[in-house]
Amino acid sequence: MNTLIAIIGLGVLCLLFEIFNLRKAIVPITIIGLLGVLGLTISEFNSTESYYNSMIVVSKFSTTFSCLFIVLTIFLVALGHNFYENLQSKISDFIAIKVFLLAGAVAMVSFGNLAMFFLGIEVLSISLYILAASDRMNLKSNEAGMKYFLMGSFASGIILFGICLIYGAMGSFDVSEISALSQSAELPIWFPIGIVLLTIGMLFKVAAVPFHFWAPDVYEGSPALTTALMSTLAKVVAMATLYKLLSVMNADVSESFNVKRMLAFSGVSHAGFMLMTLLTLSTSAGSLLYYASAYSLSGIAAFSVILYVCKNRNNEDITNFHGLGKTNPLLAAILTAALLSMAGIPIFAGFFAKLVLFSQTIQAGYLALVIVAVVNSVISVGYYFKLILAMYTKESNEERKGTPVIIYAVAVIAIVLNIALGLFPSLVLDLLA
Amino acid sequence: MNVSLILIILLVGAFATFLAGDKLASKVALFFGLAAAGASIVLLNHYNLGENISFINQWITQPNISFALKADGLSMAMLLLTTVLTSIIIFSSFGNDYKNSKSFYALILFMSFAMVGTFLASDGLLYYIFWELSLIPIYFIALIWGNGDAEERKKAVVKFFIYTLAGSLFMLVAFVYMYQNAGSLLLEDLYKLNLSATEQLWIFLAFFLAYAIKIPLIPFHTWQASVYQKAPTVGTMLLSGIMLKMGLYSVIRWQLPLAPLAAKEYMYIFIGLGIAGVIYGSIVALKQKDLKKLLAYSSLAHVGLIAAGTYTLTLDGLRGAVLQMIAHGFVVVGLFYVAEIIFRRYETRVIAEMGGIRAQTPKFTSMFLILVLASVALPSTFNFVGEFTVLYGLSQINIWFAILGGTTIILGAYYMLKMFQHSMLGETNTRIFADVTFNEGATLVIIIAVLFFFGMYPKPIIDLITPSLQEILTQINRIN
Repeated sequence: MNTLIAIIGLGVLCLLFEIFNLRKAIVPITIIGLLGVLGLTISEFNSTESYYNSMIVVSKFSTTFSCLFIVLTIFLVALGHNFYENLQSKISDFIAIKVFLLAGAVAMVSFGNLAMFFLGIEVLSISLYILAASDRMNLKSNEAGMKYFLMGSFASGIILFGICLIYGAMGSFDVSEISALSQSAELPIWFPIGIVLLTIGMLFKVAAVPFHFWAPDVYEGSPALTTALMSTLAKVVAMATLYKLLSVMNADVSESFNVKRMLAFSGVSHAGFMLMTLLTLSTSAGSLLYYASAYSLSGIAAFSVILYVCKNRNNEDITNFHGLGKTNPLLAAILTAALLSMAGIPIFAGFFAKLVLFSQTIQAGYLALVIVAVVNSVISVGYYFKLILAMYTKESNEERKGTPVIIYAVAVIAIVLNIALGLFPSLVLDLLA
Repeated sequence: MNVSLILIILLVGAFATFLAGDKLASKVALFFGLAAAGASIVLLNHYNLGENISFINQWITQPNISFALKADGLSMAMLLLTTVLTSIIIFSSFGNDYKNSKSFYALILFMSFAMVGTFLASDGLLYYIFWELSLIPIYFIALIWGNGDAEERKKAVVKFFIYTLAGSLFMLVAFVYMYQNAGSLLLEDLYKLNLSATEQLWIFLAFFLAYAIKIPLIPFHTWQASVYQKAPTVGTMLLSGIMLKMGLYSVIRWQLPLAPLAAKEYMYIFIGLGIAGVIYGSIVALKQKDLKKLLAYSSLAHVGLIAAGTYTLTLDGLRGAVLQMIAHGFVVVGLFYVAEIIFRRYETRVIAEMGGIRAQTPKFTSMFLILVLASVALPSTFNFVGEFTVLYGLSQINIWFAILGGTTIILGAYYMLKMFQHSMLGETNTRIFADVTFNEGATLVIIIAVLFFFGMYPKPIIDLITPSLQEILTQINRIN
């Protein structure tokens, strides 16, 4: 709760900075503020409390995931320093929106009531719509923002409809009450339908197959930093929320529909892998946290290199990466490490993430699913290596100038955290045990 | 003092080499390579005195994974092979000038680190991690410092990477499956598992896929020749000298004792595959025009025989396989080095463009001849001891296996001597062939000395490996 209030306070402060003309200081102060919030959240780690008639429930699950979100936001804000260099007049808006987005994210993992959950998801989504369209002179960015807005509000509508049906069935928005009621034998058909609709809406947000068609256009059109945000923070938030939704509201219901199984089969990317945690709801919170951290940290590292390479370019084509191994060996090595982590090569956190996930899924009896996932990982190696090959075997076509310290710092810290998680997986895996 | 010391030396060495800068990199790398080799000899001493040099520590609580390094005779032999060969390989590269050599030598030491880890690990997951880790440095070594057309090289190297990765992922699935039953991946806990014959068959096959690609056995060998040809000689040496031994070692250490029923039931098939590799490799080698490719296919033939030896499940077969693994490691490094020496002077690997070198450098030619003869298992060389023991082991199963496997010696003699004749003998070549430098000569002499010494007196190695092989055999024969 305190976390949420502190974050919103920080967001308001960011807006005030513009009034006092302190734009230069905004990034460092926001980072310091977020570090303070991080400390506050960690200090609440072992407490379990509920506030405002259980609108918000602070638990181990919510605090650990909030910590992850805050760390990711710190990285994204730091990258903004460089990214918004030429947009100084708007920087306070962009940073403030990111902080508000974080508030939405924290609300989404600590809700105790479906109304709060919906508020959180709307705060997060609206911030994302704005950020997607934030390059306002660029046609593609406008298109991305519009598409994302239309698809996103459609998904929000579906979620709202699902919530209504659940209310109709249970007569309450409170998840603990819903959970208690769902134990009873006789359940109106509205309840499972509502859950399915909720799940579908969330899958829209995660961009999991088959609800992923908006993703390529939006990812490409949005400014690169927004893409980074959507594919790391926003995705992880939506996954954690979906996990929490299904686990607090008694998952057996949706299992009878076999929705989860179908969804896990269809997910082909990291979102799909994370969806596999839904198969073993009772035990997999730790592995979801681990997978989310591993995936988002390598994503941040990769995106900071991409931001550097594609700065002042109109496209993010692979040709921009040609010869990076020679012109900038450090960044090339970081990007390589990040891609190896995503591909699931040992010692990087991505490997343990997949290992723990697969082993849990086998335990739950879905051997065939794991084999599909393994084959899928092998295939994914192919496209990750395309980029690595481009960096090391092609000749560079132009010189890149400047060494932006912050981008280096973000990339190095993110990848070091990733490797540290790989060397000591117990640190995170045991948190939610 | 325990075996983790070697890993630390090699890892620190890799970082130190990288930090030393391009000029000093090769020397720093050699220093750490020699330090690791020296440390492994000291450790061997401790081991022979009966001290416990294993290392075990809990690493991850959930799932239950330990950082377990276990040293027995077999691991010690492979450890020595790796560290000594790494030093030789680094030393052999001194005549070459590599761009960005700090990364190059750091990767060599890092690869050595991963391979040593593979040979020592006795926890399934730790073993798997080291096994995969060794793939990354060789990928970059072959990709960045390789030769030939960049596009073709890229294709060959990526194919190699994806092939081996795909194979080993199935091994990982097998490990995960066993973990569900055993609750731990420590080798001794896995030994206690009572798996049904069907389960064992699946596990055996999953392991087989990983190892057959790495070794390689036909029909999984298609990546080999082109990668050997495209990689820089140092990379080829690492691949053929040490890395493919990882596959063979793993068959003995992991595959056979964990799935003995399957190994017995389908023994003939797997021996057959090995022998088929012998004949196929030899025949294809006959047709090769490129020296490195010829050596690649001859390597395919030799490892086929070694693999056949391991699948006999007899003490002689296993012992011969290990001896031949070490012998082949040395001789193949020597032969690839000869190819490199010729390339440094003539800038060609096509056999037809060589010839008439003997008249200019009789010393070099004699050393080459010794290596050629060693590779075709001439008595009094180490390779003879190895191949003879393997063939003896095969004859205990079925005399025809020994006869077919023996063709490796006959066919090998044919293509190797033919190659030697075309590349070295004949009318004096018009192009000048500078005599071998001190470094080159010293490297070859060391390799030849090792081959002769253990050819005459293989007892120390046999004494070292036999007890642990017997232990593994007891494990294989526990259910009868």
